Amino acid sequence: MYTVADLKKGLKITLDGDPYLVVAFDFVKPGKGQALYRTKMRNMINGTLLDRTYRSGETFESANLEDRQMEYLYKEGTHYTFMDQATYEQVVMEEETLGDAKNFLLENLKVDVMLFGEKAIGVSLPNFVNLRVTATEQWAKGDTSGNDSKPATVETGYVLRVPPFIEEGELIVIDTRNGEYSTRVKG
Amino acid sequence: MNGHTLWLRARIIRAIRCFFWDRGFLEVETPLLIPANAPEEYINPISPLPWQLQTSPELCMKRLLCRGHKRLFQISHCWRAEERGQNHLSEFTMLEWYRADSDYNALIDDCQELLQHIAKACLVDSPVYHYNRAAIDPFAPWAKISVQEAFLRFSNTSVWSCLEKGIYEEILTEVIEPALTVFSMPVILTDYPAELAALSRLKPGQPELAERFELYLAGLELANGFSELNDAAEQRKRFEEANQLRIKDGRHALPLPERFLDELDAMPPSAGIAMGIDRLVMLAAGAESIDEVVAFTPEQL
Repeated sequence: MYTVADLKKGLKITLDGDPYLVVAFDFVKPGKGQALYRTKMRNMINGTLLDRTYRSGETFESANLEDRQMEYLYKEGTHYTFMDQATYEQVVMEEETLGDAKNFLLENLKVDVMLFGEKAIGVSLPNFVNLRVTATEQWAKGDTSGNDSKPATVETGYVLRVPPFIEEGELIVIDTRNGEYSTRVKG
Repeated sequence: MNGHTLWLRARIIRAIRCFFWDRGFLEVETPLLIPANAPEEYINPISPLPWQLQTSPELCMKRLLCRGHKRLFQISHCWRAEERGQNHLSEFTMLEWYRADSDYNALIDDCQELLQHIAKACLVDSPVYHYNRAAIDPFAPWAKISVQEAFLRFSNTSVWSCLEKGIYEEILTEVIEPALTVFSMPVILTDYPAELAALSRLKPGQPELAERFELYLAGLELANGFSELNDAAEQRKRFEEANQLRIKDGRHALPLPERFLDELDAMPPSAGIAMGIDRLVMLAAGAESIDEVVAFTPEQL
């Protein structure tokens, strides 16, 4: 349980059954008047922003959030299934909730799944993942067109720009934070 | 806070001292650790038990008026629990001054002269104050609006119905104060509803209003002044009412300042005002946050 005195940027609370992240906060108090606590909060499930003003004495439920390491198992339609290898407990997440993370999910990848109660609301990926190139154009030796990158598709279906020398079947390292090519896996 | 702002702060404080010394005010220092502050509904003192750090030097300054001093000023630190925001520090610096045999109109004149004096002495190149990208000229004629008129004009509601519905603070901070940012001169908001002025005298013939005003620059509240109540029985009643409201709200009652109440009937008709020095420096420096004008914030300690 939190009180208004605990409010600050980064606090996570439960409101109307959803987890919210406080993204902006200000304390205002007109002369001799009652203090007001103005907040802007982001719904951690659907991303909508909410403005709320509170007064002293109001309290909040903390958002019961837990990061748990799980393994990505498989995808069925738009459902992605993860499993806690210690308890064999499985959770399912919608493609929409996963956002860009879906581009880097390869079976058996270990990720941190954020749980709100029983519900999975997001994943944290490793900063770098190795993915195999499944399609890219051949690099014409001596190409002097000046292009220093070309599109490539990796095994998750994600398309990104890679250097011209990358060939089909090669394993590359992708930075999951910006989705860009990082380096080539040797050997 | 950078060294430049520290120097500006020091020059402003020196200019304030010169201003009051030149006008015959006695500079005083009263204790910061006291047995009791004025109990107010929404001001919470910090208590190194069993005494409290002052939330304002008001009570001791008034006791000096009771002893016959006519003009007093003090620059001192004040503490208010759980107040921290863009314009609030739990420990802050306050300028208070008092005039015997005067009412709140004399304080409005003082404010005007003081802000002009500081602008001339400390803001030599451009004698204007800045806040939220607005420039405020202290030499332009000041605007004066009653609280009732401000609510009607800017929010289309009556202050009385806002008080009744318990939305006074919301309307004031979300509608009225933003509306005051369009004024390019200082604004005096005056004649507050009596229930919003626990230590001030009521307006003769209009007991629903108090002789209290607030000074705003670009929507930032800078000072609060009023004609002082000098009726001990009435003051005790108001303190007790504040404590009743605190208890109703689940907070503990505060001790009454008995010595102050014992002497209050001997106080001549007087007027007193509190001005936030940190906010004054913010306006002079064009700072966006109070953090920029103090040597250390609590988070840096």
